[in-house]
Amino acid sequence: MASVGLMHYLLLSAVLFSIGLYGMLVKRNAVVILMCLEIMLNAVNISLVGFSRFVTPALLTGQVFAIFIIMVAAAETAVGLAIIMAIYRRHETIDSDKIDLLKW
Amino acid sequence: MGLDIAFWVLAVISVGAALSVVTQSNVFRAALALILCFVGVAGLYVTLSADFLAAAQILIYVGGISILIILAIMLTRDMQHGSPSNKLQIPAMLVAAVLLGVLVYTLTNTPWIVSTQSPVEPTTAALANKLFGAGGFILPVVIGAAMLLAAIIGAIVLVREK
Repeated sequence: MASVGLMHYLLLSAVLFSIGLYGMLVKRNAVVILMCLEIMLNAVNISLVGFSRFVTPALLTGQVFAIFIIMVAAAETAVGLAIIMAIYRRHETIDSDKIDLLKW
Repeated sequence: MGLDIAFWVLAVISVGAALSVVTQSNVFRAALALILCFVGVAGLYVTLSADFLAAAQILIYVGGISILIILAIMLTRDMQHGSPSNKLQIPAMLVAAVLLGVLVYTLTNTPWIVSTQSPVEPTTAALANKLFGAGGFILPVVIGAAMLLAAIIGAIVLVREK
């Protein structure tokens, strides 16, 4: 078994991203869709930090990008959950199949 | 050797927790599995010698975002309906599998230039220099602060009682 290197982290990141994508496409509960989005953002962060560790260990630029992604993810979660709460208050449901007002 | 074992254990934990989030029919248990996934990712940051990011991950994701998500689950009474899937299960699985295949193919066929330098440790001071020092990322930090403020105000406006 080879020693753990960049490739292992990148493959793990790809696996997590695919799991998150599958959940996002399949789930009907809007909160669960947001949870799957968080998994995808975490997968991207793993690959960024992996690049930072193995490709440019002295520069730390990948970790800075990961910090910005965490920041944007926090804002996105707050606004997303607020939108879900507003939709729930008006429609009494957060089933993404039933929220189809803009569907043509 | 210790890092290798830690990586495999944490990788299995995170992937298993992520699969549990996707397959779990109880929304609340899915949220708990999501927290486990976040903790696993924080451990992976530790194995990548990113100590500040691991702490930030625990504070923001495990402490903050998961509480927000659990609060949203509690406030929307869709819990008894569980976490059903729509009719796109097979196409979605196909899309995810194709994406995974393309990613694995490109990742394994790219000649990555891996540096043999040892990483900076501890990273907190170096990261602060990067973020706030001259020629660093101070403008994105300020924009990010404004964005967080806008997001908070937007969230308050969205959920306010009329």
